[in-house]
Amino acid sequence: MTQAISRRSVLTGAGALIVAFRLSGAQAQTETGTGGAPSKHGLPGSLDDTPRIDAWIRIDASGAASILTGKAELGQGLKTALLQVAAEELKLPLGRLSLVTADTARTPNEGYTAASHSMQDSGTAIRHAAAQARELLKDEAARRFGVPANALQVRDGQVFGANGKRLSYGELVRDQLLSVDATPTSRLTSPADFTVMSQPVPRVDIPAKVTGGAAYVQDMRPDGMLHGRVVRPPSYGATLRDCDTSPVEKIRGVVKVIRDGNFLGVIAEREWTAVQAMRTLAATTTWIERQELPDEADLPAALMSLPSRDSTIRDTGSPGNPGILVEGTFSRPYLTHGSIGPACALAQFADQKLTVWTHTQGVFFLRDAIAGMLRMPTENVRCVHAEGAGCYGHNGADDAAADAAMLALAVPGRPVRVQLMREQEHAWDPFGPGMVVKLRATVGTDGAIADWHHEVWSQSHMMRPGPPGTLIAARLKSDASPPAPPVALAQPEGGGDRNAIPLYAIANCKVISHFLPDMPLRGSSMRSLGGYLNVLSIESVIDELAVRSGQDPVAFRLRHIEDPRARDVIEAAASRFGWTARVKSSESTGFGFGFARYKNLEAWCAVAVEIEVPRLSGVVRIRRVVAAVDTGQIVNPDGVRNQIEGGILQAASWTLFERVTFDRTRVTSVDWSAYPIMRFDSVPESVDVHLVDRPGDAFYGVAEAAQGPTGAALANAIRDATGTRLHELPLTPARIRKAISR
Amino acid sequence: MTTLIINGESRSVAASPDTPLLYVLRDELGLNAAKYGCGLGQCGACTVIVDGKAVFSCVTAVTVLEGRAVTTLEGLGSHDAPGPMQLAFIAEQAAQCGYCIPGMMMRAQALLNRDPHATDEAIRAELQPHLCRCGTHMRILRAIRRAAEETRPKAAESRTGR
Repeated sequence: MTQAISRRSVLTGAGALIVAFRLSGAQAQTETGTGGAPSKHGLPGSLDDTPRIDAWIRIDASGAASILTGKAELGQGLKTALLQVAAEELKLPLGRLSLVTADTARTPNEGYTAASHSMQDSGTAIRHAAAQARELLKDEAARRFGVPANALQVRDGQVFGANGKRLSYGELVRDQLLSVDATPTSRLTSPADFTVMSQPVPRVDIPAKVTGGAAYVQDMRPDGMLHGRVVRPPSYGATLRDCDTSPVEKIRGVVKVIRDGNFLGVIAEREWTAVQAMRTLAATTTWIERQELPDEADLPAALMSLPSRDSTIRDTGSPGNPGILVEGTFSRPYLTHGSIGPACALAQFADQKLTVWTHTQGVFFLRDAIAGMLRMPTENVRCVHAEGAGCYGHNGADDAAADAAMLALAVPGRPVRVQLMREQEHAWDPFGPGMVVKLRATVGTDGAIADWHHEVWSQSHMMRPGPPGTLIAARLKSDASPPAPPVALAQPEGGGDRNAIPLYAIANCKVISHFLPDMPLRGSSMRSLGGYLNVLSIESVIDELAVRSGQDPVAFRLRHIEDPRARDVIEAAASRFGWTARVKSSESTGFGFGFARYKNLEAWCAVAVEIEVPRLSGVVRIRRVVAAVDTGQIVNPDGVRNQIEGGILQAASWTLFERVTFDRTRVTSVDWSAYPIMRFDSVPESVDVHLVDRPGDAFYGVAEAAQGPTGAALANAIRDATGTRLHELPLTPARIRKAISR
Repeated sequence: MTTLIINGESRSVAASPDTPLLYVLRDELGLNAAKYGCGLGQCGACTVIVDGKAVFSCVTAVTVLEGRAVTTLEGLGSHDAPGPMQLAFIAEQAAQCGYCIPGMMMRAQALLNRDPHATDEAIRAELQPHLCRCGTHMRILRAIRRAAEETRPKAAESRTGR
């Protein structure tokens, strides 16, 4: 299960023909839903799927440019970064650019905005399309001036010739000028000449977000809009026993009550009326429930006992080499995405056409799923991306879109806005799956790793639309769609087995992936997928091997690292942290280190932490975090920092606090008190992110790079402070106290 | 009808008296900043200032607000003329998705209004009711410190001069 990933990065100075992109030849279903086939046109990024330049770049008669992307702003700063790339290559001031994001009627289909692929897919496509558009405009100017193109200069949206002659883009652009296919090579701007790329350009979306502008799908209020709410069953397999809609229908302002199989919804003139109607309807409905959830008290055993499809994804050398043995069974519970804003969507059904405004990660796949759910022709459904609250993977966005579509069909012509309630978002989220890793390793008398055996158990991390059965509404309505078949994302990116193959040089190494086709709890993609637990487990065992063999954990890592870029981030994080000179300020001080290259293919990230964990309380206080990251060519350094800082804090929250709880029937962690996440009293005293700049290199996905290393660094710091290794997440005060007292 | 003073302006609202302020602000008055997050006062996304104090608008019925002064984020400035708190959040790029940010800004504003010299510790303690899922906390703290520094009465200097 291997593939060749080739990366060409040839920089020969300003004005030269430059190729700096990666060609991927994966042959399996990918997390973005695209790029799984061999290259069609040999073109960089998403240009390979959509080669026409004017599918990405349009210039109007005023010389302003519209940039089109099939990716979506999820709060990660994508809009700003894509505009920077386009402005740099078009040689246009940022203010003359506008951006259209994912819309099935307008933009290229770039699959899901997922897997930290947006800069390498869309950023690469837009960069090359913009560079080629600029050259086409320059060629047009050369033709009009009657001089060779290389005699001309381009800046500020104008092409300059000799003797003060110049033509603006607006004057040069004519029908069809950009209606051509891209070619494999582009005249890219040299990093030495960057004025917009690699600069900390302020995010274009932040001013509206901090002044009450209409920034989110939640803020849309088209004329005639109605408010919808759904009533979800109390548990996954529940079926409707009895439902009395008459008390709800009597509420003033209720427009309609919808019942279709097990799908229940209300539509009202006002939002608060809709909420009250939803509550009334829930109270007058009874359900038949089944006990079908696993035993949460021993989730790891429950997962490991499920039927599995096993594959050996790494098998080198011979096993069973003696040495100091370290072993452990690591586990994580189900985790919820937990956007602060519950999912929301608007839908309008008019003239047999359905339009859905949604914060989905994949407008095209969602369109197909909704069309399938409603038995409508695909061409009659349009999905338009509008920002929602933070997206850390497949959350309730698609489900809310399906709910809005169901309700909109009942009131043709009127737009219907649906927002999930907090308890619905928490109970029905497609959780980040619970997982188990069993790891056994030895370090030999020479101090090198002698043996390594890693097994990972996980259900699918990919239950995204496409198939209608991925949508809650499609499963509930009377003509229900069948459940979607489980998807095992393949190596090298992997799903549950993402990052399961250690990057360290280990001669005798076996890694087995146990894919669980069953889905005990509804689960799908959550930031870094299996990478978080696999990295946490690997880095915990590496740390333990070092400690048990009397070696420094960072030196031990470096000893087993061959990749120079991995070495660079490990050394950078260690030196900026002051690792070798570290001194414990008290007996509750702990230091920890973690490293990974995300997916073994994307950004490199190392994290060092200092914590205090008093033995009496077991409460972890994070003093400082230092991270180093290499994401290749940086487009927006502050954007990268923001993503890594956020990844560190979010992963710290997962590691210390988070766990979906359930009984044998229902998910019980349905609010923020039952599912605590990090609050300000647990925020680190300082977080310092160091960027390793690689001018001229390709883009490497960065937004998920900190998850595994942060969890690992915290687990190792707790080990350092307490002398005890914990294996079961989250690493709560109660568990820490219990481990210490053993 | 309930009469509220919203950002200094008297507004009569038709919503039933039990309606939480959040829905009145968003749906009746068209103000976007206060957000629905949990409806339970657990996340802070809906926070506004009422008579100087930060309150959760999702659990505050309009009926108890008759004649009282409500300030929302829109009252701190606008897109074209941002106020000091808003400028500080822009300067620190203190947002990822930004959904939780308006609530954070309102509680921070209420704190700085009563204590312009609030320490970092006090700011952290004050923000305890607020959740951010993107992990933007470090920037939020920096932005609030910046807002404090830029709006602090110049008394600080005169004191040192005494």
